[in-house]
Amino acid sequence: MELLDRISAALQQGNDAAVLQYTGNAIEAGIPASDILNRGLIAGMDVIGLKFKNQEIFLPDVLLAARAMNAGMGELKPLLMKAGVKAKGKVVLGTVAGDLHDIGKNLVGIMLKGAGYEVIDLGTDVPAERFIDTAVTEDAPVIGMSALLTTTMPSMRDVTALLAGRGLNTRIKTVVGGAPLSARTAAELGADYYAGDAATAVDIVNTILS
Amino acid sequence: MQPILTFLSPELTDRIIAEGFTLLGETGVYIDSPGMQERLAGLGARVDSGSGRVRLPETLVERCLASAPSSFSLYDITGEETHRFGTGTVYYTPGSAALYITDEAGRRRPSTDDYIAYVTLTDTLENLASQSTAFVPADVPETISDSYRLFLSLLYGRKPVVTGTFSRGSLRIMKALQTAVRGSEAQLKLQPLCIFTCCPNTPLRWTEETIDTLVSCAGSLIPMEIISVPMCGLISPVTLTGTLIQHTAENISGIVMAQAVQPGTPLLYGCCAAVHDMRYSTTSMGSVESMMLSCGSAEIGRKLGLPTQAYITVSDAALPDIQAGVESGMGGMLAALTGISNISGPGMLDYLNSFSLEKLVMDNEICGMGLRARAGIQPRDDFPAAPLMAELFREKHLLLSEHTRAFLRDEHYFPGPVIDRRDTAARERDPALWSARARAEIERRRAAYAAPELPAGLRSRLYDLMSREAAANGLDALPVPLQRDWRHLPD
Repeated sequence: MELLDRISAALQQGNDAAVLQYTGNAIEAGIPASDILNRGLIAGMDVIGLKFKNQEIFLPDVLLAARAMNAGMGELKPLLMKAGVKAKGKVVLGTVAGDLHDIGKNLVGIMLKGAGYEVIDLGTDVPAERFIDTAVTEDAPVIGMSALLTTTMPSMRDVTALLAGRGLNTRIKTVVGGAPLSARTAAELGADYYAGDAATAVDIVNTILS
Repeated sequence: MQPILTFLSPELTDRIIAEGFTLLGETGVYIDSPGMQERLAGLGARVDSGSGRVRLPETLVERCLASAPSSFSLYDITGEETHRFGTGTVYYTPGSAALYITDEAGRRRPSTDDYIAYVTLTDTLENLASQSTAFVPADVPETISDSYRLFLSLLYGRKPVVTGTFSRGSLRIMKALQTAVRGSEAQLKLQPLCIFTCCPNTPLRWTEETIDTLVSCAGSLIPMEIISVPMCGLISPVTLTGTLIQHTAENISGIVMAQAVQPGTPLLYGCCAAVHDMRYSTTSMGSVESMMLSCGSAEIGRKLGLPTQAYITVSDAALPDIQAGVESGMGGMLAALTGISNISGPGMLDYLNSFSLEKLVMDNEICGMGLRARAGIQPRDDFPAAPLMAELFREKHLLLSEHTRAFLRDEHYFPGPVIDRRDTAARERDPALWSARARAEIERRRAAYAAPELPAGLRSRLYDLMSREAAANGLDALPVPLQRDWRHLPD
């Protein structure tokens, strides 16, 4: 089996130690970083994504694969930067002001990183200004917001309104998710996109940044 | 611990069995076959040849019950073992012999194409261990409809077949088809492929036609399910206990006849109980009392040392609707928890008159839930609990825990798309009703169907046997082509 196939297979098994080892082997063998990324890591994640959609595997398998992807990316990142290969994009992520729940947000973060995105995780109880200031400073085109409570859900409107007030809403898109939300409430809150689960969040970011 | 549901106390079970024995010894059973009367008389039964009434002494009954195997296996068309009845494992099988099918167009007589669609779908339904000759194609003469259903099941399906005969003489060709699959009668005895249903005519009567089938099957050690069909309040007592006594006597009389022909004949102790609904004069099988009778019957069969069967995952509803889901769900779950060996009925509607493929895929999910419940709650790596709780506090979730990954697939049953567990957003994106999801699932599964690989020439031999039978019954050409390439379905 070729090294890149081994990386892909180890990633699909969620074996982060093996992904790390094979990625190192591939670098030592002189395989270009972009090939390791696209034909090894991303190829493996593509298979994982398809199997998840077909219900052949479940969320833990996807998250493990995403964690293995992160392991490989850690090894690869300096080389990619040196070679001038840019990350797929940046996403600012956080749980909105007043809300301390972060499980869903963390899952989205793992999945986005697994899909090759740079994630700037602001944690929980994030004020609207901080979401926007970070997105501007980091030149991130996407803000992802999470809320578990119906009482904190309106904080999302603070972010979307502030973005519009600053004239940034065409440059920076908002994706929202969380238990109390639906596509309709997301629209009422002024969000650009609603993600019902972590896999959908990745699909949406792919669409925004394609 | 494997859960076990009981409706009968040990004392009541013993009383019902004892009363059944008394009925057989004193009231007797009417047997419309002089040959069988003579055979039973030779074994000590008191026979009134004028009326056909045969009284079975307890010693004969005990001897015959003792010779019936407590367990036996079934094998699929490739010879792989699929069932071990009598070991505590439960299996589901589709309902049998409906005259109609119900689909989005309504209720109609089925065709060969409908039957092939059923067989190829059933082959993919992982919670149904066998197929049945589920409904009667109307595009062949009635005289060959029994054998033609079995022929199509063997031509396209992999799983063993629960079947039966309506037409006298059908069994000859049906045995020939089975023997062709196995290569010899001796091999068919070693690896049974089909179970034949044999039902007494309630109350306490066996017709000559059914006895012919019973004798022929027993002579070849072909497994049978002996299924008394009481109708509570009409042709059996209105009380459940009274009906179970009559049912016990009827079933045991069938067991005695089979064992009298060939000791060791494999049998399932079956039940197809209905309640006569006095409001409408209908025979309800979806009633809770029918389900209780089926479960109680299985408890009696188990006490007699036999693997069991019941027609219970069925519905009285005309359409595969909420009523159908409720009745089949209740029956399927009760049957699994009672430990009925062969649970019949998935797909069946309308007092067993009509079959629905949409319901079949829904019932497949019910069966999955039943099998999961039957497996019970087991201690896994759960003691001590503190390390896992520490991990939960540390990680805030257990999605990536070794514990989750080790036990997820064994602990949780994941139903297919007919059971909708999607989130609100997914439901808003695709608001398809269950029936549309069921139809899509039927298409998906049929597209995934792959015909089993069989020895060279076997399908041609089956085809030749069936063609000759059809010709002898006035049908020049079978409505199904003999394909060269069995990887694909006929157009």
